[in-house]
Parts: sequence; C-alpha cells; structure tokens
Amino acid sequence: MAEQPARKRKKNYARLVVESLAAPGLVIILLLTWQIAVPLVGLSDFILPTPWQIIRRIGVDYRLLLSNMMVTLFELVGGFLIAAVTGVVTALFIFYSRVFERAIYPLLVALQTVPKVALAPLLVLYLGYGYAPKLFLAFLLAYFPIVIASVVGLQSLDKGMVNLVRSMGANEWQTFFKIRLPAALPNVFGGFKVGISTSVIGAVIGEYIAADRGLGYLQLQANSHFDTTLSFAAIVAIAAVGIMMFALLETVERRAVFQREAAK
Amino acid sequence: MTSAAPHTMAGVNVTIKNVTKVYEMRDGNDLAALDPIELTIKPGEFVAVVGPSGCGKSTLLSLIAGLMPVSSGRILIDGEEVKRPHPKVGVVFQTDLLLYWRTVFDNILLPIEIKGWDRAKYRPRVEELLEQVGLKGFGQKFPSELSGGMRQRTAICRALVQEPGLLLMDEPFGALDALTREQMISDLQTMWRSVGNTVLFITHSIEEAVFLADRVIVMSPRPGRIDLDRTIEIERPRSWKSRSEPKFIGYMTEIREIFETRGVLTKE
Repeated sequence: MAEQPARKRKKNYARLVVESLAAPGLVIILLLTWQIAVPLVGLSDFILPTPWQIIRRIGVDYRLLLSNMMVTLFELVGGFLIAAVTGVVTALFIFYSRVFERAIYPLLVALQTVPKVALAPLLVLYLGYGYAPKLFLAFLLAYFPIVIASVVGLQSLDKGMVNLVRSMGANEWQTFFKIRLPAALPNVFGGFKVGISTSVIGAVIGEYIAADRGLGYLQLQANSHFDTTLSFAAIVAIAAVGIMMFALLETVERRAVFQREAAK
Repeated sequence: MTSAAPHTMAGVNVTIKNVTKVYEMRDGNDLAALDPIELTIKPGEFVAVVGPSGCGKSTLLSLIAGLMPVSSGRILIDGEEVKRPHPKVGVVFQTDLLLYWRTVFDNILLPIEIKGWDRAKYRPRVEELLEQVGLKGFGQKFPSELSGGMRQRTAICRALVQEPGLLLMDEPFGALDALTREQMISDLQTMWRSVGNTVLFITHSIEEAVFLADRVIVMSPRPGRIDLDRTIEIERPRSWKSRSEPKFIGYMTEIREIFETRGVLTKE
C-alpha cells in the first residue's frame, strides 16, 4: 500500500521530465536531420547552409548582427510602446463613448482588413528613409490587435459586479480601478503579446523597403551578395528579438495580472 | 461605526410609499414591473419577500438599494429618501460576485476601501466575521479555492463588514445545492439573531421565507403587488423540527394557496 503512491510519484516525475523535454527534443531532432540531410543531398551552402554553419557564422559576425539588432529592436519597441499607449486609450474612448464607438469602431475593423504591409512603399514616400517609416509600420501592425483585445477586456466585466460596487457607493473612477481594469488586464496583455509579435514584422518589412541599417537591411544585403549563411543568421537574430520581447512581456504579465487559473 | 460592541448594528426602518416601477422597452412600450407598493419595515425586522419569477421582487430590492430610480412614490431609510445607494445598506446578490484576483480577506474589505475608510481598523472585524461563518483561516485563500457555499459566506461577510443597518439579500442561496442551502439558512438565522439589523430577504422558496422571516410578503405575478403580508409567529431559534409544526405547515399552505389562485402553482 505504501509503495503505491511512491511509485506513482516516480511515474509522474518521469512524465514531467518527458513533457518538459518534448519541445527542445523536437527542435534538436529537426536540426540534426537538417545538418545530416544537407551534405547527403549535396546542396551547396549557397542554397542551404547547415545549422552548424549558421551557428559558426553567428559567432564570427556577432558584432555586425548585434549592432543591426539594436536598430531593429529600437524600431519595434518604439512602435509597440506607441501602439500600446494609443491602443489602450482608443479602447477606453470606444468603451466609454457611444458616439465614438459608433464612429470609430467600424472604421477600425474595416482598416484592419487592409494589408498594412502594402502601405510600406508609400510610407517611405511620405516619411523618408530614417526611423520614422519603420516605427510607424511597427506601430500600425501592433495597434489593431491591442485596441480590439482591450475593448473586449473592458466589456468582459459582469454587470452584476458593477451593481455590487455601486451598491457600496463607488463612483465611476473607483469602478474602473477596483474592478473594470483588473478584469480587463488579461485581455489587454493578450493584445500586447500579439502586438509585440506583429511589430517585429512591421519593423523588418520597413527595413526591406528602404533602409541602411537593421536586421531586415542586413538580410537583404546578404541575399544580394549570395551570402545565404548570413541571411539565415539574420533570420535567427530576428526570431531571437521576437522571442525575447515576448518573454519579457510574459514576465511583466505574471507580475501585473492575476491569472484566473493560477489559484486552481 | 467601529464600536466596542460591533455586533449591534442598529437596524434601520424602511418605508416604501406608493412605489411603482415602469421599464421602457426597446419597442417603445412601457412595462409595469411594480404596481404601487406600500410597505413599512420596522428596525431589526426580518422580512422575506416571496413570489414567482418576474414578479418584480428583485426590482423592489434594486430600488431600495438605490441602484435604479423609482418611477413614482418614495423610499425612505430612517426617514431619508433613497436617491442613490444608501451608506447603511449592504447587499448580497444571487451570485457571490467575488473578485477572483483578490483573497477572501481583501474581498471582504472591498466596501471599506470604496468608502475610503481605514482598512487596518477593520481587520479584526474581518477575522471575527470569518470565524462567525466558519471560515476561520481561509482569509488568504482565493475564491477559486473555495466551494460555492464558502464563496457565498464570503459575500455575506463582505456585506456585513460595513455594519449595515439594512441587509438586502436577493435570492442569496438560489445557486447553492440543497444541503449547503439548508445549512446556510440556519447559519443566517444565528447570525442575524446576534447582529439584530433589519433584513429584506428575496426568495422564491416558500419554506425558506417561512423559516427565516418575522414577516412574509407574498407578491403577485407581474405587475408585482403585495398579495399577503403575514407575520410568522414561530418561536426562535427555529430548527428543522419547526418545519413539521402545524403552524409552519399552516403558513406554507396559506402561501401555496395564494399561488394556486394566481395560477403560479397548479392545484393537485
């Protein structure tokens, strides 16, 4: 009888190890397959470099990658922060003003369907070659998901909750800070997480169109010199930026937002 | 309000004079939810309102709570007309409405925060309430860690922490299972006897109303009107044995018959 739970715990522990190793394990298997398959098929590194070649290249050119990464990072974080502030403020206006909602919300949803990447060449025309068009594209791609998620979050509060705090004598201000904002935060952060990923796309697309620095620019340069390994290294750097930002947001979220599931 | 003897919340009196409520419907028509209601509740009295769904009993509660305006007539609490939520009123709703991101303790302190009172002063009061409802040691738990009955107990503590002269309860046990409900009813009686404030208790259970109340008000289907105002003369504390007393059965039958003549219940 006493052995039963112990064995069960051991089994659970084993399962936990397998579960936590599943994702990195799969990545390693895929990378190994790639590493082995490339010479077997006889592809030259100008068509497809091996993972090991890419890693070595990152080691060699890390200064180049890092300095361009900083440029892209600045563009996407700047664009995202502008989108976060204006997006939440827009959501508040939509939520609290019926006229504003009627006027703006359909327009926002309609604009959402416009492929914003197609605006990139025009932005260069209007905003020049500097940081402005990249910041704007990063902002534009992050803005919509943040607005829509925040509106949904603000609307998520139970009407009964509002009556509850009103019965205690709460004013609009207290209602907002005591219940509406905390109830909206999980959605708002959901919007932020989508927004940070899309602002990476915005910044890189901006660099593709016209730039003299940044990871998108670096990748284009590498391509035009048939330096496929460097192009891949730039892709790895772009992905790393996105993952870093996402992880940073999750850390902030864990501190700021009480998850419904956390206590269960 | 933080007296040495926090148990004695002086009950308020409630006067409802010719109160009606008409809802404006979307199609432009008016819907009368309440016919003129006349009702006086004495300080410290436990009044239960029983009626079928949609009879306007919850509307009546919302009006007294100051959550919406009356269409005509006046509601007075201790002689003061209700125009907005009255500070001496605590409300318990059908669902617990606990904030899931706050602990039990912080949920109970919510009204204190909103009124801008000193939280620290009320901490002993919260401990005391938790002990009274059998939740001692649960202060630091989150609502998701509690059962339905414990959550509703927490909601009751939250309504009582501000020591309300009038406690409004809108079908507070409606969402609980039968056994938990039984226990809650008996605990509520014990608590009210120690507190002594005025209670208006809305329910659709005849038995719950007769068991708990000094007076049972029976309301007709919409537009709500008072069909019966019966004083329940059964000794307190009432126990499950009281339910088999001839008097208890007599009150139940009387109310049932009213529902039958109104077509709310069918005759057997």
